[in-house]
Amino acid sequence: MKLNGDLIMDEQKEQNNIRNKKSLIECRGVDVFYGDKQALFGINLDIGEKEVTSLIGPSGCGKSTFLRCINRMNDVIEICKVEGNIKIDNEDIYHPDVDVVELRSRIGMVFQKPNPFPKSVYDNVAYGPKLHGRILHKDDLDAKVEKSLERAGLWSEVKDRLGEPGTSLSGGQQQRLCIARAIAIDPSIILMDEPCSALDPIATAKIEELIDELKDNFTITIVTHSMQQAARVSQRTAFFHLGKLIEVGDTEKIFRSPDHEQTEAYVTGRYG
Amino acid sequence: MPIYHGLYVSLWSTLLPIFLIILLLFFKDSYLNYIVIPFLSEETIDLGIDEILYVKSFLINNISSLSTLISSGFISEGDANLLVEKYQESRVVSFSSLVLLSIILGFVSYKKLSVRYDARRRVERILKFIFFVFSTIAVLTTVGIIFSLIFETLRFFSQVGFFDFVFGTHWSPQTAIREDQVGSSGSFGSIPLFTGTLLITAVAMSIAAPLGLYSAIFLSQYAKPKTRDFLKPILEILAGIPTVVYGFFAALTVGPFVRSCGEYIGLTVATESALAAGLVMGVMIIPYVSSLSDDVMTAVPLSLRDGSLALGATKAETVKKVIIPAALPGIVSALLLAISRAIGETMIVVMAAGLAANLTANPLSAVTTVTVQIVTLLVGDQEFDSAKTLAAFALGLMLFVITLALNVFAMIIVRRYRERYE
Amino acid sequence: MSKNLSIRHRAEKRFIAYGFISLILAATMLATIIGSMIYRSIPAYTNYSIDLEINMTEISAEDEFEDINFRGIIRSSLFSFFPEVESRSDKRKLFKLISSSASYTLRDFIIENPSYINKKFYFNVLFTDDSDLFYKGYVDTSLSESERRLDNQEVAWLNELKNTGRVKNKISKNLFLNGDSREPEVAGFWGATIGSLITISVTLLLSFPVGVLTAIYLENFAVKNRITDFIEVNINNLAAVPSIIFGLLGLAVFINFFGMPRSIPLVGGLVLSLMTLPTIIIATRSSLQSVPPSIREAALAMGASEMQVVFQHLLPSALPGIFTGTIIGLARAFGESAPLLLIGMVAFIVDIPATFTDPATALPVQIYIWADSPERAFVAKTSAATLILIGLLILINLAAVLLRKRYEVKW
Repeated sequence: MKLNGDLIMDEQKEQNNIRNKKSLIECRGVDVFYGDKQALFGINLDIGEKEVTSLIGPSGCGKSTFLRCINRMNDVIEICKVEGNIKIDNEDIYHPDVDVVELRSRIGMVFQKPNPFPKSVYDNVAYGPKLHGRILHKDDLDAKVEKSLERAGLWSEVKDRLGEPGTSLSGGQQQRLCIARAIAIDPSIILMDEPCSALDPIATAKIEELIDELKDNFTITIVTHSMQQAARVSQRTAFFHLGKLIEVGDTEKIFRSPDHEQTEAYVTGRYG
Repeated sequence: MPIYHGLYVSLWSTLLPIFLIILLLFFKDSYLNYIVIPFLSEETIDLGIDEILYVKSFLINNISSLSTLISSGFISEGDANLLVEKYQESRVVSFSSLVLLSIILGFVSYKKLSVRYDARRRVERILKFIFFVFSTIAVLTTVGIIFSLIFETLRFFSQVGFFDFVFGTHWSPQTAIREDQVGSSGSFGSIPLFTGTLLITAVAMSIAAPLGLYSAIFLSQYAKPKTRDFLKPILEILAGIPTVVYGFFAALTVGPFVRSCGEYIGLTVATESALAAGLVMGVMIIPYVSSLSDDVMTAVPLSLRDGSLALGATKAETVKKVIIPAALPGIVSALLLAISRAIGETMIVVMAAGLAANLTANPLSAVTTVTVQIVTLLVGDQEFDSAKTLAAFALGLMLFVITLALNVFAMIIVRRYRERYE
Repeated sequence: MSKNLSIRHRAEKRFIAYGFISLILAATMLATIIGSMIYRSIPAYTNYSIDLEINMTEISAEDEFEDINFRGIIRSSLFSFFPEVESRSDKRKLFKLISSSASYTLRDFIIENPSYINKKFYFNVLFTDDSDLFYKGYVDTSLSESERRLDNQEVAWLNELKNTGRVKNKISKNLFLNGDSREPEVAGFWGATIGSLITISVTLLLSFPVGVLTAIYLENFAVKNRITDFIEVNINNLAAVPSIIFGLLGLAVFINFFGMPRSIPLVGGLVLSLMTLPTIIIATRSSLQSVPPSIREAALAMGASEMQVVFQHLLPSALPGIFTGTIIGLARAFGESAPLLLIGMVAFIVDIPATFTDPATALPVQIYIWADSPERAFVAKTSAATLILIGLLILINLAAVLLRKRYEVKW
């Protein structure tokens, strides 16, 4: 058992260094506080480009909190304070000059529960592009919506019901609509916060398939409850426990021969 | 449990007598008519019917004020004493019979008691019934409102044509009180009153809707908890100020202010302009718009807000394009309730709007409203059968129906909206 | 791209500014209302008066009070300042400078202190409202005579009186302790305040038990069926019916049908309690609902009856919420005037009411009556009454807030 913080940190660095892909997101010493309570303790984690990184750990371990640091969604919470250093493409996203609106337009996010806006399917997908004023012509917008829905594997199912409210779709369709909505703003990163926790197994399988396809074009970070899902979709896995990053490494390694007993206990289901 | 035995007996012995006392109180008038007045007219021959009525009203108020009547020489002391005696006698009789009834009932129920007697269930059943009776009071109030309004309105329409009232464009009820004018029943065209009401309501809403909505947006989406704690009470105080204060303020300060502003830019403005009354009413209504809108916007699921922010929308864009559309039904019903409040508002318009029923859409001129006319027609002594008095009830009925429709409509919208999110 | 962003950020700032400005406007209006009331009420709190030398030496203790010419005594005392005033019309004009209440106050004083008969003493007598306003500087003497209430002659007299050093500016006790009057310097809002308090107590006595019991019935005993559904919808609607409709109801039912007299707090209280009932019912129900169902289930499991659960467990923990709701409802009734106008509580009532069948008026209605009066001095009186009304309401609401903070049960 290695509980000494310094040792753990050293090891993480080591793990980060032996990665084979170029890292897009670099986090160093990230602390998060909710009021007086500290939720994350000195997280050091690099996330590689165009691969899927899954964040696992028992409930309340801070994995969602960490995810929300990456697109600064924690700014929304009044009492939340983030310290440390997060760089995307070597740009410090917590630098005072960074425009959080612009930052978020480069990062897509999919939430735990599908949250389509109370608008039509079309307007849901077109919302982002319209907002950012990147697409001015109706035809281009139509094409964008179609392409996004296609990439989210939803086009064939909704192409005749684009005018219907997004809330009228089934749960799985709604979640894929939210993914299409996120894709439509051409993000480089997609954050997914337990995207399948509210879905049935069939819908979950579809989403997982989709994630696998999307990783060719996007850097995906997914928070998940299900170890199987992490094993199925991700290339790298990070295990969080009580606000600390215990271990990070190739998914195969984490699941087969983790360095830490805690990780092993968790992935084998003896604990958590 | 002995306490229930006691309760059981006391309930039995008091309920019916209390009920009878209430009946007696309500029908004191006719009770006096049948017991006291016949005696009065027999014994004191020189009293006319008006005088009897006068004596009666004294009796209803207070038996001791008879001395005033005696000292004013209205009736002789002997007659008065007889009257008092008779009145007291009837009181003693009714009171002692009530006590007797109470004792009998108590005794009967006491006899039924035994150790095994389940008094608790019976007591609870009686209490439950009493609760039910109380809960019907609210319904009885509505029934009372509807029946009294409809009854008087029907009497009104027996004197004035229905179409003359609903579609008439000329309102001048004052001529109706002159009974010597045969055939002249005044004109009761209610259109100008309703246009006046609408005009003032429109002015009020054009103030209250934007200010109330923007306040609600700021409070629910932007204000930090501390700012909110400081700013929200301001709106609450605004809602708590009595309307008579607003009315006084409108008549004293805003009316002359609007008038001099108008004169400054070369407009003729009536002192009691619709604009002044509407402005103040608008301020009064801001909290009604803002508090309900605030509630519905806060109730929009946070996930929608987060979804929009995560797509790189600014907060303003999120509010305009996601939160307001999602909360729209609630906001619409807030506005409807505010309109209904404005239409039914009385004191501001009574004090700051005019009496002249002008059919105009010009907010700078003086108009009158439905509520102003109700008050004007009914304040002071009046007979209950003149068209002038009854017209107030017809107006009241229309006011009731309109506000009820608005409220019900708003309630249905809110209910639908709740279903969508629950 | 960045240009687009800056436009969007500017739109954001504008949006926030609109919200902030709206709130500031609302706050400004509130400040303006309160401020203008304070400013306009300033002349109301004091009243100019003069110490007149009262000569009662010619009156013997045997005389009946009715026979004493108090008016004449005051007249001669006042005229002694101006021996040059001879004509009757001038004398009448001079006498009109002081309040017509002077002779009554002197009489009341003598009745209470008969020892002053046979003596010479100074007695403080109020000026009339116009003279009072002149001393306070509200009469613009630069205007032409016809445009003001006091002509040059009267202004000269008042200035002369002031030079005698007998003129004083005292706190106006009348404002706080008297009933209504035609004379602004005598009128006070005490009668109306008492009327309001009596009316509100009737409202409380009627609406509180009925409201609470109704809520308990609907919340705990009523079987969900059409009748109770109807009652519920009804109550919600009743809460939004304009108050003037309740006045019409009171007029038609209580006064016309049941023959109750006009202008009495009993009828006013009845009408207001019907109006307050929905507020109390709704507040009681929501505070009963906030008691967690586990409490109720625990008590039921212990073998308590429904009735015992309600009175021993639910009601005690819901009580703070019920009180708060009741106080808020009563505060609204306290400030209400429209229905009272219709049931005749708008009458001119000098006496201070003592029971709930004495003719009375209410504080908000008193404001309405005074606001309608032509005398200029009533503007200040009205503003002062307004402030008292708002102050009382703030106190009542503060009580509700404190009650909630102090006794609220958190689950």
